Amino acid sequence: MKRATVIARRELTSYFCSPIAYVAMALFLLATGIFFRNDFQPGQVAAMRSLFEWMVWLMVFVIPVLCMGLLAQEWSSGTIETLLTAPVDETDVILGKFLGSLTFFLILLTPTLIYVVMLALYASPAFDLGPVLSGYLGIILVATLFTSVGLFCSSLTRSQVVAAVAAVAILSLITIAPKIASEQAMLPRFWRDLSDQLVFRRYSDFSRGVLDSAHFVFFLATTAMFLFLSTKVLESRRWK
Amino acid sequence: MISVSELTKVYGQTVAVDRITFEVPEGQIVGFLGPNGAGKSTTLRMLACYLPPTSGGAKIAGYDIFHESDKVREKLGYLPENCPLYTEMKVEEYLDFRGRLRGMPRPERRKRIDYVVERCWLGPVRNRTISHLSKGYRQRVGLADALLHNPPVLILDEPTIGLDPTQIRETRRLIRELGGQHTVMLSTHILPEVEAVCDRAIVIAGGRIAAAGTPEELRASRRMQARVLVECRAPAKELKSVLERVSGVKEVELLDSTGGDSQYTRAAARPREGYDIREEIARTVIQHGWPLRELRLEHATLEEFFVQVTASQAMARTTGGAA
Repeated sequence: MKRATVIARRELTSYFCSPIAYVAMALFLLATGIFFRNDFQPGQVAAMRSLFEWMVWLMVFVIPVLCMGLLAQEWSSGTIETLLTAPVDETDVILGKFLGSLTFFLILLTPTLIYVVMLALYASPAFDLGPVLSGYLGIILVATLFTSVGLFCSSLTRSQVVAAVAAVAILSLITIAPKIASEQAMLPRFWRDLSDQLVFRRYSDFSRGVLDSAHFVFFLATTAMFLFLSTKVLESRRWK
Repeated sequence: MISVSELTKVYGQTVAVDRITFEVPEGQIVGFLGPNGAGKSTTLRMLACYLPPTSGGAKIAGYDIFHESDKVREKLGYLPENCPLYTEMKVEEYLDFRGRLRGMPRPERRKRIDYVVERCWLGPVRNRTISHLSKGYRQRVGLADALLHNPPVLILDEPTIGLDPTQIRETRRLIRELGGQHTVMLSTHILPEVEAVCDRAIVIAGGRIAAAGTPEELRASRRMQARVLVECRAPAKELKSVLERVSGVKEVELLDSTGGDSQYTRAAARPREGYDIREEIARTVIQHGWPLRELRLEHATLEEFFVQVTASQAMARTTGGAA
């Protein structure tokens, strides 16, 4: 675990040397800023619910970009060889990369707290902090799942572009597709039930201020599954 | 210190490393010599616990590379081929990261970083970003990393590739100095490098050990392969027949590269085993009154050496099989 934190720290500092991370950060903040401006009008409800839902949309694209280099770059530059010939095991590497990347996303998220401050200052009557806190909690859980998917895709290939595209595809499939599908009135019951099980529906509970333990289990279990798969991909070089 | 037995690696249909067995005693520098694709890197990667062997095994410092790979990796400094590094980091930052990864406590890390930076002549670039460094400096950063935790065993995959002649000389000197305190195994495809640095050489071709011995022994077997080049102003046929009669000459071959000068003839004489035919050839040529322009002993190139070594090995195998 100590080694995982060493790797996480290195990963986090390397983000600050990478232009792509800054670009992703800028775009994310720009987009959330625009969505916030639309909500932040006289006469609107002083809540962040729609902003949070837009954030999930953005994360489908931003997190794969942040994660694409995690392992793909190690494969293509060969640094994975130096890394794995040090006395660390695959779990340390995966956990370290995951934590480093997730921490960077949380740093990226902190500037959005300014919207909370602005709402608190200008809302009248006083606005409800509860759903905002649960909304952020939900965003963090969604980020853990998305990061583990991004990491998994990055472990499969030497190409960062392929990793990013694959991660966007998977995330769209479990987030955006069911969201769009569930808006169709004629959806067969099976598909409606299925889409209720996936990311967006679960997330919308958080943004309404509902904390359901089933949602925690869903996000943490799927994250664990993707991390486990990534570890196996790293180990798979031993089976060849 | 390193003991390898029947180590084998198969990729799909190709056998990259075929039942290699050898021992390296403590403190020795062993050169792993072979043409590209001979299986050098694969062997070293298996020893460094990056790839598992298909069959067979090896022990480093008494630990098994497969079952006790954690222990092995603690005892090992490894410089992979092409020396991959995190290029966005600074030299010192990188070494610090590697030290942390190896669980070295802060004071020890500080001390060792100072030591390896000095040892690998990294002083001037200590605070520079790795991506801005030349190939030579990067190679030294890799070497510094391999030395960082003062491992008893060092495995260096082509440590001098891509360096300029001065850097090659410095790196060889450094490796030479490391022998004694560390057991070193390095790979190369440059024969003189083994002669300059190593106590012992293992020649590998086609995944098998083709020859092993001290550099002197290898040099001796190479000398057998040598030929004497003669260039003098003489008629070609006559020169050939005269040279063939010199005692100790096995065969004479006429060469045509006289640089466009048709008056001169160039010939290569191959000596019988154990003969030095240079003096005799010089005397004969002078006796015939042919102006001599060049006379020199030409060693077999590494490629010819490999061809010869593997061919004789194949022959030994077939005769052994017949018997």
